[in-house]
Amino acid sequence: MDKPKTIIEKIWQKHIVHQEEGRPDLLYIDLHLVHEVTSPQAFEGLRLNGRKVRRPDLTYATMDHNVPTKNRDSMKDEIAKKQMQTLKENCDAFGIPLADMQHPDQGIVHVIGPQLGLTQPGKTIVCGDSHTSTHGAFGALAFGIGTSEVEHVLATQSIWQEKPKTLNVHVEGDLGPGVTAKDLILAIIAKFGVRFGTGHVMEYTGEAIRNLSMEGRMTVCNMSIEAGARAGLISPDETTVNFLRGKEYVPDGEAFDQLADSWLALATDEGAEYDHRVVIHADEIEPQVSWGTNPGMCVPVSGKTPDLTQVEYKEDVARALDYMGLEENQPITSINIDHVFIGSCTNSRLSDLQKAASIVAGKKVSENVRAIVVPGSFSIKLQAEKEGLDTIFKEAGFEWREAGCSMCLAMNDDVVPPGGRCASTSNRNFEGRQGNGARTHLVSPEMAAAAAIEGHFVDVRNYTSVPS
Amino acid sequence: MQALQEHEGLVYPLNRTNVDTDQIIPKQFLKRIERTGFGQFLFYHWRYDDDGLKRQDFSLNDPAYDGASILVAGENFGCGSSREHAPWALLDYGFQVVIAPSFADIFYNNALKNGILPIQMEKDQVDAWLAQAQQSELVLKVVLEEQSITDRTGKKISFEIPSYHKKKLLNGWDDIALTLHHEEKIVAFEKQ
Repeated sequence: MDKPKTIIEKIWQKHIVHQEEGRPDLLYIDLHLVHEVTSPQAFEGLRLNGRKVRRPDLTYATMDHNVPTKNRDSMKDEIAKKQMQTLKENCDAFGIPLADMQHPDQGIVHVIGPQLGLTQPGKTIVCGDSHTSTHGAFGALAFGIGTSEVEHVLATQSIWQEKPKTLNVHVEGDLGPGVTAKDLILAIIAKFGVRFGTGHVMEYTGEAIRNLSMEGRMTVCNMSIEAGARAGLISPDETTVNFLRGKEYVPDGEAFDQLADSWLALATDEGAEYDHRVVIHADEIEPQVSWGTNPGMCVPVSGKTPDLTQVEYKEDVARALDYMGLEENQPITSINIDHVFIGSCTNSRLSDLQKAASIVAGKKVSENVRAIVVPGSFSIKLQAEKEGLDTIFKEAGFEWREAGCSMCLAMNDDVVPPGGRCASTSNRNFEGRQGNGARTHLVSPEMAAAAAIEGHFVDVRNYTSVPS
Repeated sequence: MQALQEHEGLVYPLNRTNVDTDQIIPKQFLKRIERTGFGQFLFYHWRYDDDGLKRQDFSLNDPAYDGASILVAGENFGCGSSREHAPWALLDYGFQVVIAPSFADIFYNNALKNGILPIQMEKDQVDAWLAQAQQSELVLKVVLEEQSITDRTGKKISFEIPSYHKKKLLNGWDDIALTLHHEEKIVAFEKQ
């Protein structure tokens, strides 16, 4: 009998095009997602060398990073406009399908891949974006690449990759009520640090992971990169299969059943070994709030900012506190916020919006707070409107926007002003991420919603009943 | 890609850990569709204040480091976003070599694709160079072929780099051209 294998090894082996001693492996890529920011120079490189896109049929493009989330017909930013126009011209010239700003399938690239069923278990998926790890939720090997690699994949449909080490992140027990996938991944990064995954592909296992919806699994895998990992994934199961059934790019009938069987067979074998393993106990995790300038600088909502006498990298912590305008030993619930952003490839899916809406229903956003909701895709926006979520948000005082990356990285007009403080459902709290001088606190959609109402952080578990 | 055989240059010490690519090149400069001209925006918000004036408290603005071409930094350099604009900005500014105890995976690859040599070095040695370059002028000479770094006193330190990365840098090889030597195998894979 074969040695038990992890899903990572299984996918890897199935995709080796060429292998030789002392070199990385040449891996075939099943799906290449493209967006406007990291692709223009890659297409330019193809043109300069007279090369074509090898498999436009395995390539799919959308516009998300730069797109305005309101007044799309009268876009003012000429440079951004040109970048999007360039993507359109490149897709036309090279025959690549494109969901542009007016297209019904438009949305954040990591939201629409799964939504359309382009993302499937066992696939190798790349995109010029570090949050490509999101697609690992389906048991795909999905990782972010740079623009030179985008050009390489466009030209050859393959990529040179060093075989990664494997890391099992095992989550014992289940999450308590009001504690979400976002809290879980933030707690993992807070516990093990922002570089514990470097050089590894992580597989998340355990009861809490199994009990997560696909949306929750995407939130977890999305932030694998914030732990330094090349990719993060979860073995496919019935939850995965049920999510994908009926999606546009997935076959139906008997063909689907066969495909589903092959997906389930990818799951990590009993007894397979990883290079490293870490364990975290889900039942000990509280709702999390980041206080600093990287995602590992995070504490439970009942906690405080660090005590400078108790930390290892004192200078970095002091710098982070200074940037954030916080004192040491400051209780998290004492931090007042003035912005709330519900959106991003981490937390902009329908269930995220439903949960946030359930918190704000019938309440009003604090008068000092500007709050916006940016659905992850046009289709999610429509569905949310069908359910009346837009009305709930708007009546509470939230702005309801069009789909895009928006205030997660503030490339468009959705910017937190200097010194502004934002409770954000996004993935990065780096200096200036949401605007020059802006201060970001990473939280779950529920925590962001409650902070919007109260004007400061509160423990959402005591705030109101949370839907299960 | 430009080949890189050896490089001698002034060290700029950036004594910070987890320097993310958002700091290396902030997002407002990612809208350009060219590969060039990013150097002026390198570490933009660390170098300039809200009025576009140079910040006195950021050491890259110290004339002592004018012309620096070797960046020495703390752990996990280049974490975060996959933006290749980060190595483009470093290179365009004049940095040819980056030395740190560890690098984020995507940045490491992106640097190599652009002819920047990322050198992973033990933390103690990095800390020593950081301290030295903060106190006085530190010039290092990197010879890729023999995988060595030498200071002006003649003290020589060796470093590790995977042999295929070394070969590509030494020759300035284009990855795509290399891969296309294996095109039959790609075709065969697709027929499976």
